[in-house]
Amino acid sequence: MPSRMASRDASLWHRAVGGTNVRPMIHYAATRLISLALSLLAASLVIFAVVEVIPGDPASFMLGLNASEDTVAALRDDLGLSGGLLERYVAWVGGMLTGDFGTSYTYRVPVSELVAARLWVSLPLALYALALSTVIALPVGMLAAARRGRPTDYGIMGATQLGIAVPNFWFAMLLVVLLAITWPIFPSGGFPGWDGGIGPALRALTLPAVALALPQASILARVMRSALIETLNQDYIRTARAKGLTEGQAIRRHGMRNAMIPVLTIIGMQFSFLLAGAIIIEKVFFLPGLGLLIFQGITQRDLIVVESVVMLLVFAVILVTFLVDLAYALVDPRLRHGR
Amino acid sequence: MKWPVQLVAGAILFGVFLVAAIVSLGWTPHDVTDLNIAAKLSPSGDGYLLGTDHLGRDMLSMLMAGARTSIAVALVAVGIGIVLGVPLGLSAAANRGGLLDEIIMRGNDLVFAFPSLVIAILITAVFGPSALNAIIAIGIFNIPVFARVSRGAALTIWPREFIMAARVAGKGRALISAEHILPNIANLLVVQGTIQFSMGILAEAGLSYVGLGAQPPTPSWGRMLADAQTFFYAYPRLAILPGLCIVMTVLGLNLMGDGLRDLLDPRLRRAMK
Repeated sequence: MPSRMASRDASLWHRAVGGTNVRPMIHYAATRLISLALSLLAASLVIFAVVEVIPGDPASFMLGLNASEDTVAALRDDLGLSGGLLERYVAWVGGMLTGDFGTSYTYRVPVSELVAARLWVSLPLALYALALSTVIALPVGMLAAARRGRPTDYGIMGATQLGIAVPNFWFAMLLVVLLAITWPIFPSGGFPGWDGGIGPALRALTLPAVALALPQASILARVMRSALIETLNQDYIRTARAKGLTEGQAIRRHGMRNAMIPVLTIIGMQFSFLLAGAIIIEKVFFLPGLGLLIFQGITQRDLIVVESVVMLLVFAVILVTFLVDLAYALVDPRLRHGR
Repeated sequence: MKWPVQLVAGAILFGVFLVAAIVSLGWTPHDVTDLNIAAKLSPSGDGYLLGTDHLGRDMLSMLMAGARTSIAVALVAVGIGIVLGVPLGLSAAANRGGLLDEIIMRGNDLVFAFPSLVIAILITAVFGPSALNAIIAIGIFNIPVFARVSRGAALTIWPREFIMAARVAGKGRALISAEHILPNIANLLVVQGTIQFSMGILAEAGLSYVGLGAQPPTPSWGRMLADAQTFFYAYPRLAILPGLCIVMTVLGLNLMGDGLRDLLDPRLRRAMK
C-alpha cells in the first residue's frame, strides 16, 4: 500500500514538473533567473543613486562641528566613503554579495549583524501573517464560491469588503485593547526573542500577524472566490459533472489547479505588502524588527543602514516574484513553453 | 438606466467626507492649530461636538482637515499615476514586442519591486518627511499600475477593425492611441483610478502614522492615530474616530469602484443578470 501511494505521488510530481521532459522547465527557470539578476542590478543602482544624492557628510555629522579636517578624512576612509562613485558602488555591491553590508555609522557594528538580528523578527512575522492569511482566505473563498448568490456568499463578500478598508495598524490598536489589555491573553508589545522558546515568541507575534493578515486575507478570499467561479463556468467542469462527479469533487479534481494561477499571483504580491506592512505594524507593537532599524537609521542619518535594509526588502520582493513565476510553471505547463 | 446599489451607497459614503474636506478649506468649528490645554481630553459637548484631543484641539475640526489631507494626497497621487502611467502603457501597446515595450515593462517591474512604503522611506531619507513626499511616493507606485492596465486594455483594442481603418487612413500610432484607444479604455481607467484612490488613502494613513507623511500642525488621520496610541486605552474615542473615518472613506471608494465597474462594463452587467 505505501509503495503504491509513493508511486502515485511520484507520477503526480512527474506530471507537475513537465511529464517526460524537464528541459523546457530548466530553460524557463534560466531565463527567469537572468531577469532576476538584471532586476537586482537595476534596483541596486537606483538605491545607490538615491542615497548618493543625500546632502551632508556622515563623517562630519558624526564628529560634530569642532573636528579637524584630518580626523574627518580619516573617518571617511574608515567608513568607506572616500573614492569615486563607481569604486564605492562596486565596494557596496561586492560587499553585499559576500555578506558584508558595511559598518553602521551610529552603532559602529557591522550592518549585517544588525540586520540579521532584526530579520529574525520581521521575516517570521511576515511569514506568520502570510500563513494565517492563506489558511483563512482559501476555505472562505471556496465557501463563498460554492454558495454564490446566496446569503452566505453575500455575508462573506460584505465582511471582506470591510476587511479591505480597515488600516492594519488601526486594527492592531483595537486588537491590543481587546486581547492584550481588556482580556490579557497576548502581550501588548515587545518581543522576548527566540532564545526563550518558540511559544512565547509566537505569542508575541500573534496579534501583529493577525493584524497584518486581515486585509490580505480579505483580498485573497475575494480572488479565490472569483477565480473558482470563473473555472466553474468552464466546459471541462460541466463534462466532469456529466460524468457523475459532485460539484465538490469537480472543484477539487479539476477546478482548483486552474483557479490557483490568479491566487498564486496574489499570494506572491502579498508577501511584499506584508514585509512592508510589517514595518508599520512593528511600530504599534514596539517589535525590534527591520522597521525600527530603518526608522532609527533615517533619524540618525545612518544611511548605510537605510541603504542596506531597503536593498534587502527589494531583494526579498524580487526573489518572491521569481519563485511565484516558477510556481506558475509547475501549476500550468503551458507557461513553460512560452505563450 | 438603473444605478448599481453599490455605486450609490459608496458615493454617499465618500461624498460625506469629500464635502467635509471641501468645507474645511473655508470653515472648521475651531481652528485646528488652536491649542486649548485647559480643555484637553474633554468629552463631547461643551462647544466641542466630538470632544478634544490630548492638546485640547477640537476633534471634529481635526477630522475634517484630516479628510482634506488624505483626499488631496491620494487624489494627486492618482493624477501622477494616470498622467505618467497611461502614456507609457499606450506607447508600450502601440509598439508591442518592440524595444520600447520591453524597456517600459521592465521598468514597471522594477518599480513594482519597491513597495510605496519603501519608496517613501528612500524619499524621506533624502528630503525629509512631508505630505509632498508622501504624494510622490504613492504617485510613483501608481505609475506602473496604470501603465500595466492601459497597456493590457490597449492590446485588446489594437486588433479591432476600426483601428485598422484608422491606420489605412494614414494615422500614426500616437494619434490612434490618443484618438481611438484612449476613449475606449477610459472606463477601465476610471475604475482603476477609484481603486488606486482608496489604496492611496490607506497608504497616506500608514505613512503619516509612522511619521513619514504630513507633518504637524497639518492634521491627518494617520498622525491622529499615532498621537492617540498612548491615550487609547483611557480615551478610546481618540483612536476610534480617525480610524472609522479611514474605514468609511476607503469603503465608500471601493464600493464606488465596484459599482462603476458594473455600470461601465456592459459585458459584465449582462453576465450578472
